[in-house]
Amino acid sequence: MSAGGRLENANPVIFQRSGERLLTASDEDEDVHDRIDDREIFDLIRSINDPEHPLSLEELNVVEQVRVKVNDAESSVGVEFTPTIPHCSMATLIGLSIKVKLLRSLPDRFKIDVQITPGTHASEEAVNKQLADKERVAAALENSSLLEVVNQCLTTRSMPDLICICQVVSLSVQSWYMNSCFCWTLMPQSKVDSSSENYIMII
Amino acid sequence: MKEALSLVQRVSAHPDSRCWFVSWNPSGSLVASCGGDKAIRIWGREGDSWICKSVLQDGHQRTVRKVAWSPCGNYLASASFDATTCIWKKKDDDFESLTVLEGHENEVKCVAWAPSGNLLATCSRDKSVWVWEVDEEDEYECVTVVNSHTQDVKHVVWHPTQELLASASYDNNICIYREEDDDWECRATLQGHTSTVWSLSFDATGQRLASGSDDRTVKIWKEYPNEAGQDLSWKCVCTLSGYHGRTVYDVAWCPLTGILATASGDDAVRVFKEDESTGPDQPVFSLAAQVTKAHSQDVNCVAWNPKEAGLLATCSDDGDFAIWRFHED
Repeated sequence: MSAGGRLENANPVIFQRSGERLLTASDEDEDVHDRIDDREIFDLIRSINDPEHPLSLEELNVVEQVRVKVNDAESSVGVEFTPTIPHCSMATLIGLSIKVKLLRSLPDRFKIDVQITPGTHASEEAVNKQLADKERVAAALENSSLLEVVNQCLTTRSMPDLICICQVVSLSVQSWYMNSCFCWTLMPQSKVDSSSENYIMII
Repeated sequence: MKEALSLVQRVSAHPDSRCWFVSWNPSGSLVASCGGDKAIRIWGREGDSWICKSVLQDGHQRTVRKVAWSPCGNYLASASFDATTCIWKKKDDDFESLTVLEGHENEVKCVAWAPSGNLLATCSRDKSVWVWEVDEEDEYECVTVVNSHTQDVKHVVWHPTQELLASASYDNNICIYREEDDDWECRATLQGHTSTVWSLSFDATGQRLASGSDDRTVKIWKEYPNEAGQDLSWKCVCTLSGYHGRTVYDVAWCPLTGILATASGDDAVRVFKEDESTGPDQPVFSLAAQVTKAHSQDVNCVAWNPKEAGLLATCSDDGDFAIWRFHED
């Protein structure tokens, strides 16, 4: 993780979020066996937070529904993710967050493969190998500080994050964006006490 | 297929956790299992079923990755992600923690005893292999640290009769070490796998070595005499490919029957037999039996009973361990 306030990718392109899943009649029919489909997997991972920006992986186009492949019958899930820049040092952490999210959400029978979209990262092979090594993933998840960062990425963005962000910012919406990025990077190092006064200030 | 693998018993060994490894004691009467719940359990046969004889807890702060019995069967060594190796001594029907071996920088991945019982090897994610010497007072001293691998070392195994050590690594290579003037040195590097080598197993004679890898193959390596008389010469004489749907996490060569078993991330356990008609330089192995859904998740380990031919123990991410019997009619 890069320490301090310098962002690796200071001005990422932001993408439109997709709408909610449209429910069909068979989705609501309790008697029909619903297979886990690509959209369902995508819904699980699209709102994961980027470690660097206060944006979701979907908004940064790191994950896309077309790069999710599910085979319910064979119990396999494949996800390709696209780092925003080819030298992104956060790639392993992003991949790990996706993997952890799916490990926690899906039935145990699923084999989950998380890989970098071919040709989009300088250390693609090394990152893929690390993410595929379940022993190293298991060891990483026993590391409490790393687990905390992963959990932060997996936490649905809520008020406390905004508060942390706004601590640094005078509240104009525009500067909110810029400075919030700055603050988000600081988060893992400097924890915000959610019980403090700052909390109420913004609300 | 006349051969078959039939289930003898399935035991929930490490519930809500992974069962990483199982190991038979030398007399084949006990199985030690270890897992993500930081515990080691000792299983023994009572009548027709396997029951838990003792639970070894509080020895480790993190996952226990592998366990190994000393050749005399009185000691058990456990390798843990907490960077230590614990030595347990059998006392009556229970085990007590005798000593803790420290020194590795991070996760210890494997531990193995030399056939003499005087040496112990450990390996770690810190890329090193350590050789420890045991004296009569149960004191352990590190005699060598070897850094021949460039990545995480996954497995170490001793030759069945000689003081020859082999290690497998995330760097895709296998190294073979021998003592040379009080120093352990890498005498051969076996290259051929295209991804992580997870496991190694010598055959009964120690002239051949089987390796299982993330590249979904098993390779058979054979030792050749070297004219120069210096470095050891090992060559890959056979590659089993196309059988495994995912990573091969473990291989076990039965010392009694010469049958090869594999554990794979595709949930299957497979058994291979060597064709008798083929020569030693180009052996051919064929699939004799497989159970495609041997466990509900990845199979992490396969271990042949050292005394009862055809009795196989396996364990899985689903937390279970299972005992199988291989039949040939």
